[in-house]
Amino acid sequence: MKKQNSKISDVIYYTFVAAFGFVMIYPILWMIMSSLKPEVEIFGNAASLVPGEFRWDNFSRGWEGFGGIGFDVYFRNSIIVTTLVVLGTVASASIVAYGFARINFKFKALLFGCLMATVMLPVQITLIPQYILFHNFGWVNTFYPLIVPAFLGGQPFFIFLLIQFIRGIPRELDEAATIDGCNKFGIFYKIILPLLKPALVTVVIFSFMWTWDDFLAPLIYLNNAGLHTVTLGLRNFMDADAGTNWGALLAMSSLSLLPQFILFAFFQKYLVEGIATTGIK
Amino acid sequence: MAKSHEETADPSIYVPSQDEDMLKKQKKKEWKETLVGYAIISPWLLGFFLLILGPILASLYLSFTDYDLLSTPNWVGFDNYINILTSDPRFVQSLTVTLIFVFISTPLKLIFALGLAMLFNTGRKATGFFTTIYYIPSIIGGSVAIAVVWRQLFGRNGAINDILNSLGLSGLNWIGNPDTALSVLIILIVWQFGSPMIIFLAGLRQIPGELYEAASVDGANKVQTFIKITLPMLTPVIFFNLIMQTIGGFMIFTQAYLITQGGPMDSTLFYALYLYEMAFEYLRMGYASALAWILLVIIALITIIIFKTSSKWVFYESEGGR
Repeated sequence: MKKQNSKISDVIYYTFVAAFGFVMIYPILWMIMSSLKPEVEIFGNAASLVPGEFRWDNFSRGWEGFGGIGFDVYFRNSIIVTTLVVLGTVASASIVAYGFARINFKFKALLFGCLMATVMLPVQITLIPQYILFHNFGWVNTFYPLIVPAFLGGQPFFIFLLIQFIRGIPRELDEAATIDGCNKFGIFYKIILPLLKPALVTVVIFSFMWTWDDFLAPLIYLNNAGLHTVTLGLRNFMDADAGTNWGALLAMSSLSLLPQFILFAFFQKYLVEGIATTGIK
Repeated sequence: MAKSHEETADPSIYVPSQDEDMLKKQKKKEWKETLVGYAIISPWLLGFFLLILGPILASLYLSFTDYDLLSTPNWVGFDNYINILTSDPRFVQSLTVTLIFVFISTPLKLIFALGLAMLFNTGRKATGFFTTIYYIPSIIGGSVAIAVVWRQLFGRNGAINDILNSLGLSGLNWIGNPDTALSVLIILIVWQFGSPMIIFLAGLRQIPGELYEAASVDGANKVQTFIKITLPMLTPVIFFNLIMQTIGGFMIFTQAYLITQGGPMDSTLFYALYLYEMAFEYLRMGYASALAWILLVIIALITIIIFKTSSKWVFYESEGGR
């Protein structure tokens, strides 16, 4: 009797979890499947997930973009910006975190307090004066305002994350390296950096996804359509072709998420652990 | 102690003792370490002064001017603040929209997150696969691609209306109607409950099993166990999520900008969107800086309120309970 009860509850459980899961994933499935539908079906048969006729040319038409600028340009720009931001973030955040975690310099407590205070600082506070600063540098319509901050420490949150990780590495390793004649930079490069790899993977994944997705900074700094990133490209496409070219727009939307899907497929464990232990989104 | 030793030493009868020699070396070592330390954190130091502290001070100054990016700023005293707080209906609207949004979407998101986390914590098979599915929306939910999808799903001839029609209900003009436009964005944000869900799941797994065993020995039912054990043990996680989601609500920009453009009739004019409009469409940099400072004060106040009340409801085990 009891066994049967638990069987019934299992059926209810899995039915519910699967049905709700389908609702959760529906918008994403809808995007991917609709990117293969002919125009009339996107509206005529809106809710359906099965294209009556597969239209692969939505992708080629979308790739051409509009106004002479195709998605090859947008993807190239996004790849340049994202690669440099991730490199800058990993390089600067890891060495700065090492400094805070391992070296006793004067005013460290004060500076650490400053770092922590900026973790929660709303972006809107510095948005305007930073824009004025970069405007005066003549950097509007270049990639510098998007890239340079990453080399200057990047997101304070990542520094904090790495500090916490380095604090967990036994100090005896540093001491042994000092006896072997390593200086502070040597210890960082030879001891800390190799051990930091798992935490760096988390930093790479999240800084990649945030930069790839970023809309506000490119919107403010990049007015020249030739410099637009994928996010701005999609916006342009949506504004220019709304209602006339939904198939191609959805095809490019799906394509714009491809890097996230790939990262998710390969680094799911890191993503989930990153969230569970640090609370980042 | 080392300091007083140095101060009282008379330089005229200075005889380097072994002790002092050591002290000097020690001092030299400390200075060297400080120098090395500053060299190592120099990227952040430069960024902090140039891109954060400097801009914060500049923003405070600009909020007392009429700066428009093109002409030199004129000092206007508290005019911007007075105008915003007394005679700007769009400021009131943007604050109202943002607060309604935060107060509806945050609890909903956390309820879904906690509910599903509890479902996934029953020890059944294959929950890992479903956790993954539920989590995907929070990875890509903030993207422009999803904004595009949302605009179509909730469009007049979109998938949601299609489903409603097939159920015999009449569709709504979701995005075009001021009464429903905000709910389209609330649904989008609540849909991304996957990341708080994972935090809750990690929290649930840390609750010691003995507590539940003891409760079942005492004959507690499921509801009692939930209220007396699960909920109190999770309060630190709830507290953390509450702060993160509330602050996040004030940052909402991309989705509102792309899906509803703040409309119709300013019904989705989020605070961040209004600030952007003032700064980058009307180039009223001074006024927008004042808006940014008011935002900072509001966020600080809400955070302080949550922190202050937290001692009444957040349970910290290390302190032996409340």
